[in-house]
Amino acid sequence: MLKKGGIHLNSSNKKSFTKRGLVSRRQSLGWLFVLLGVALIALTKFYPMIHALIMSFETGIGMDLKPAGIINYKRLFQDDVFKTALFNTVIYLIQIPIMLILALFLASLLNDKELKGKGLYRTMIFLPSVTAALSYSTVFRAMFVKDGLINSVLMDLGIISSGITWLESPWLARLVIVLALTWRWTGYNMVFYLSGMQNIDDSLYEAAELDGASKSQQLRKITMPLLKPIIVLTVINSINGTLQLFTETDLITSTGPGNATLTLSNYIYKLSFEYVPQYGYAAAVSYVVFIMVAVLSMIQMKVGDTRD
Amino acid sequence: MVPGSALPENFRKLINETNFLSALKNSILVAFFGTILSVLINGLAGYGFEIYHSKAKDTTMSILLLSMMVPGAATMIPMYVLFAKLGLLNSVPGYILPFLSSAFLIMLFRQNTRSFPYEIVESARVDGLSELGIFFRMYFPTMKGVFATGAIVSFMNLWNEYLWGLVVMQSQESLTLPLVLANLNQGYSIDYGLIMLLATLTTLPLAVMFFALQKYFTAGLTGSVKG
Repeated sequence: MLKKGGIHLNSSNKKSFTKRGLVSRRQSLGWLFVLLGVALIALTKFYPMIHALIMSFETGIGMDLKPAGIINYKRLFQDDVFKTALFNTVIYLIQIPIMLILALFLASLLNDKELKGKGLYRTMIFLPSVTAALSYSTVFRAMFVKDGLINSVLMDLGIISSGITWLESPWLARLVIVLALTWRWTGYNMVFYLSGMQNIDDSLYEAAELDGASKSQQLRKITMPLLKPIIVLTVINSINGTLQLFTETDLITSTGPGNATLTLSNYIYKLSFEYVPQYGYAAAVSYVVFIMVAVLSMIQMKVGDTRD
Repeated sequence: MVPGSALPENFRKLINETNFLSALKNSILVAFFGTILSVLINGLAGYGFEIYHSKAKDTTMSILLLSMMVPGAATMIPMYVLFAKLGLLNSVPGYILPFLSSAFLIMLFRQNTRSFPYEIVESARVDGLSELGIFFRMYFPTMKGVFATGAIVSFMNLWNEYLWGLVVMQSQESLTLPLVLANLNQGYSIDYGLIMLLATLTTLPLAVMFFALQKYFTAGLTGSVKG
């Protein structure tokens, strides 16, 4: 291909000129291919981000906004509901390593060549992540209400004598959210790991086996380093999802009791649409989410970039 | 509790006492048109970024990737304000617009385009196919797996979306299935039979789609990660 171009260049100047013209015309045609995609991302992601930044320096009710300097950002520091939401979000972030280690563990079990019925197990573990978010949240809520399935099973087994009020105690409610998230997303992350593991050369493990490396050593010294890019991807995905958590806390616990399960996204929604609309302040809260997502993603990418 | 005996009654209630039918219609409309347009737009863009790649396009792509860090909660209010001005609230186009282009899917298509032999493009040009013709007649049939993956991801996002639905679809006639389900959860006396029926019906299309396209899904994801 390149060589042919070279011949043109030597034999006929005119021809090479038109060919170069053709290539650059194709290059500009290429912009038409990407135009709609780029324009839509600009319209639905970048433009709103800029507008939100401007709004976060304004104050007022509804769309009647006036410049207000950093009042909104100062208010964050005195706002106890914001602090609670931030605290809850950090609690939910702790769920990520637990879930990902579980996913990694399940993936390494399913990666076993001798295991029978692998496809069935894989599908069963992945299935929760294709349920509708609203559907599974509804079911979780119904399971954990006072006269729900969980209590009646525990009572039948004689573990507890009277129903636990799961959704009315702050820490139990948070625990239910963490359980729900783990149930839904472990299998999803496992599929990423499993597909990564299947690309790892078997001979590496065979050599390690000959050298007397145990299974857990193999996991730490071979599997984990080679899966690093995928692990980084799943960590970023999970952080992103958790920082934007909305549905589960809205449906399962109604962000309660009190504000014990409220997330930043829930709070932004309430500030904009449930209370007297304070778009300026809501925008400032949303920038906190944005900065957290950005910083945590950057750290992860840096960690993922270092070559051993 | 006899399982099954209340099913016809629950169905009757669902149809007569909730917005189930209009919500079903809305959900199908947004998921159908949203998925097709999204796969088309992201497919074209991912293909364009790889086949016609240039320095400027690579830079553009890296800027697009930054949009993956933009949280939905942060864009929600400005978009609500903008869409209100444009008269897009309570409409199918308003609901699907933010789903049509995604940096994640563009990247998925772009990474997978690397395994699409460039010789096919060249010989198709010799055969006189237009650039767009190559995309539809050569690229699409070869890369069905990636399109299937893109379709699953888009369909799930469109079908599942709750927060954006709350914001943009506020009138009773424009509710989608998740919104109706959420409303049923919020009454004083909660009818669990009804709720569970709707929860099942809402999840069913996702499960069916997943089983139908399962083999494409995991394969497509692997391709995007390896790159």
